[in-house]
Amino acid sequence: MSKYIISFLSGLIFSFGLTISGMTLPHKVVGFLNVFRQWDVTLVFVMVGAILIHSFSYFFIKKRASPLLDSQFYLPNKKNIDTRLILGALLFGVGWALSGLCPGPAIVSLASFSPSIIVFMLTMTLSSLIAHRVFR
Amino acid sequence: MNIIFDLKDCLMALLGGSLIGISATLLMLYIGRIAGISGIYLSIFTSNKADKIWRFLFIFGLLTGGFLSSLFLVNPFDSSFSPSLFQMAVAGAIVGLGTQLGSGCTSGHGVCGISRFSQRSIVATFVFIFSGVLTVWIMGV
Repeated sequence: MSKYIISFLSGLIFSFGLTISGMTLPHKVVGFLNVFRQWDVTLVFVMVGAILIHSFSYFFIKKRASPLLDSQFYLPNKKNIDTRLILGALLFGVGWALSGLCPGPAIVSLASFSPSIIVFMLTMTLSSLIAHRVFR
Repeated sequence: MNIIFDLKDCLMALLGGSLIGISATLLMLYIGRIAGISGIYLSIFTSNKADKIWRFLFIFGLLTGGFLSSLFLVNPFDSSFSPSLFQMAVAGAIVGLGTQLGSGCTSGHGVCGISRFSQRSIVATFVFIFSGVLTVWIMGV
């Protein structure tokens, strides 16, 4: 049970982090990517805040044998940099720039009931499901 | 090149970013999971039953936070960047494919992966920022 409370709380805090930092505003994201014209540096501060806290906490967490409410840590096994990773990241960046959205802010923004968010979520879900089938 | 720096925005970003770091910390410390949203979200559809519940609750937390934010914050979703529905549909499809091929998005690679000093995540983050910058440059916002 407490495992589920942690998941919910974690999702809740994550979404407040996104809305408070302005990352549910696509123009802030596109502004960050607009390095050659009008570079909006806000996103850099989001990354710095998140990475400072989590790299510090992870330094201590990784010394533990297991998490507090489970028997093991679930970390990716892949270590090598392959074509799939590069190609996937290249594509992701294009979609991120075209919409100013990535999966987190898109899900949080469903609360706005905006048609463009709903359309984005639909095609994102469908294409992930298809890609998951084809490539796994 | 012009730099837009708004002190209030950047302080809020630092605060919001810290919340994201705290969220990722909670998930890793308590249940040993990476707060990678594309993965958590898709696995609601694809993982086994026992694994679905915590994933669903995390996403439900995201949605709840979105609703609460729209009640208590000033215009959290009111953006001046509004592409056509067609462009959003294409973007969604590319993001879905890209996150599956690349095993993650801004949260999984950009925040959690970099915090674990994962080489794959550091490379992925540089690559998607690079292709994002290139796309915006070509798009000409």
